[in-house]
Amino acid sequence: MSFPWAKHYEPKSGFTKWIDERLPLPRLVYGAVGAGYPVPRNLNYFWNFGVLAGAALAIQIVTGIVLAMHYAANGGVAFDSVEHIMRDVNGGWFLRYAHANGASMFFVVVYIHIFRGLFYGSYKAPREMIWLLGVTIFLLMMATAFMGYVLPWGQMSFWGAQVITGFFSAIPVVGDTIRIWLLGGYAPDDAALNRFFSLHYLLPFVIAGVIILHIWALHIPGSNNPTGVDVKGEQDTVPFHPYYTAKDGFGLGVFLFIFAALLFFAPNSLGHPDNYIPANALQTPAHIVPEWYFWPFYAILRAFTVDFIGIPAKLLGVLAMFGSILLLFFLPWLDSSPVRSANYRPLYRIFFWVLVADVLVLGWCGGSPATPLYVIISQISAAYYFAHFLIIIPIISRAERPTPLPNSITEAVLAKKGGTSPAHTALSGSAVPAE
Amino acid sequence: MVRAIAILIGAGFVAVLSWALFWSIQGVITDPPAPTAVDEFHLHPKEVELASNGFFGTYDQRQLQRGLQVYKEVCSNCHSLKHVAFRDLTQLGYSAAQLKKFAADWSVKAKQFDPKSGDTTERPNTPSDYFPTVYYPGTGNPPDLSLITKARHEGPAYVYSLLTGYRDQPAALLKKFPDAKVPDGLYYNPYFANLNIAMPPPLTQDGQVTYLDGTKSTVQQNAKDVAAFLTWAAEPNLPTRHAYGLAVLGFLLFFCILAYGAYQNIWRDIKH
Repeated sequence: MSFPWAKHYEPKSGFTKWIDERLPLPRLVYGAVGAGYPVPRNLNYFWNFGVLAGAALAIQIVTGIVLAMHYAANGGVAFDSVEHIMRDVNGGWFLRYAHANGASMFFVVVYIHIFRGLFYGSYKAPREMIWLLGVTIFLLMMATAFMGYVLPWGQMSFWGAQVITGFFSAIPVVGDTIRIWLLGGYAPDDAALNRFFSLHYLLPFVIAGVIILHIWALHIPGSNNPTGVDVKGEQDTVPFHPYYTAKDGFGLGVFLFIFAALLFFAPNSLGHPDNYIPANALQTPAHIVPEWYFWPFYAILRAFTVDFIGIPAKLLGVLAMFGSILLLFFLPWLDSSPVRSANYRPLYRIFFWVLVADVLVLGWCGGSPATPLYVIISQISAAYYFAHFLIIIPIISRAERPTPLPNSITEAVLAKKGGTSPAHTALSGSAVPAE
Repeated sequence: MVRAIAILIGAGFVAVLSWALFWSIQGVITDPPAPTAVDEFHLHPKEVELASNGFFGTYDQRQLQRGLQVYKEVCSNCHSLKHVAFRDLTQLGYSAAQLKKFAADWSVKAKQFDPKSGDTTERPNTPSDYFPTVYYPGTGNPPDLSLITKARHEGPAYVYSLLTGYRDQPAALLKKFPDAKVPDGLYYNPYFANLNIAMPPPLTQDGQVTYLDGTKSTVQQNAKDVAAFLTWAAEPNLPTRHAYGLAVLGFLLFFCILAYGAYQNIWRDIKH
């Protein structure tokens, strides 16, 4: 794997040699995220978001494990145990706000990461497997986030669980049986709360496992880059360490700054006030809304308001909502354009930005009450969402005329900087001068 | 092949959504959504200036003490405060002895179960007890107030506005929505979600509470003080959080500057 010019790990001391012969873990790290991994020299800040997503997961796992030491998954005391964490556990308010807002930060970062992949064609050959694993991680994240939101056992927790498990009752014939089986009862209660807690603790480690596969698959072809052009030689790359570790260090600082601003000064701004009301099975909230990161999908669900040739609207909505994510698995084969980066795809670039706007509009509708006006906007936006991936992309990937691609990453970099000497290697400082 | 199937499925989704859109638009045309009394008469909470607002916000202990007095003399007749313990009141500036007396004097006593006789008896509260549950037999369900300012949009402003927002039902409302007359036993309050609240106006006249610190007691002042107190009750760690936050942001700013310098330094010879 990786490129022929990748540096190899050379243990220096007797101790590291001893380790290397028995368990070459330092060698693995060196090749994965050290100087042994050559990376295109022209990555922009959007390539920081993979590392940031990993950092966000680590923060969630660490804060979550400590929270679990103080939380009680029982319908009678779950809400109170969260308040106990907030008031009586040392630093408990910090842990809980870090965990709740950390979930939001994780989704922000992952959404930017996904849209970066869409813009620069990172899902295309030979990187399909990275994309498939990424979509899997996204699905696991959604499941984990949903179950985590149920744990405080507030009004939105309870009614969110009621609505989301209700999706399964849309399945013909066996739907209700499946729903009761999933919940362990006719409505969310202790059985559901306990299994959600158990799975909420399990899934992050599954995510971590799939992330290892995601990074492994990444190291076969190496990272994509803003030109989308393949790496041609050593002059196109720099070693991951120290070049990208330094850049990621700065990116991590900015991420933590924004995270801390949210955590310390507006920790409840992204949550719903109703979740500070204890769960009450006899009182339905006026508007049941999920957390903001599910809003676009919630809008798609609610856009299906009428039955169609005998298929109930609810089933259509559920199919569409799951379909809107599952279709991403097919994207590498829907987009047949050989050009990766949207910088060289004038038509795709326009539709990409329309999609970004469309998803934002869907999110806005999903967070608003289902009044007729919002439903109409959701229906138009949901139609565009499906048309974008299933109709527009397959057609324009054939019809479009891409603009000329640079011959290499180095050529693109030097052209941008107005340099004239193509003989420069990326590491001109350390390279042997040719002249 | 994949693309042909995708286009068909995509066309299917677009067709179903267009069909749904057609009915939505037809529904709006034939049966335009009519505004309700809530749409037209519900008011957004009034702005309220509290010491806890803003980046540097912290609590004004004297105001919290006055708010506690309002809670004790007015609100606590119906509303409990079960997540707050008497010991927490040290944050309001009371001494241990004052607290002990305050807890012991609290009118609702702590319940205790006697395992010998099987009877439930009462004993005075101690600082380690939480505010006891209040059982309310009348109309409506007075919510626990421990988290009320976090359980409502713009909580502190909401509490203040609700307490000062009671008024007669506007004639214009009845004229436009003749069916929306306030039901018997409820009270009109435009800050309440559905305009009609079961809670009778709790603060009816100036001087209802006599402040120990000599502050002039008006309905406005009482409402503001109890809003401040309930903000504290919901978020007692706010001053610590703000102080830590400023330190953390300062550190991270410094970290970002150093990290940016390191990044630029390492990349100085490389065009990218």
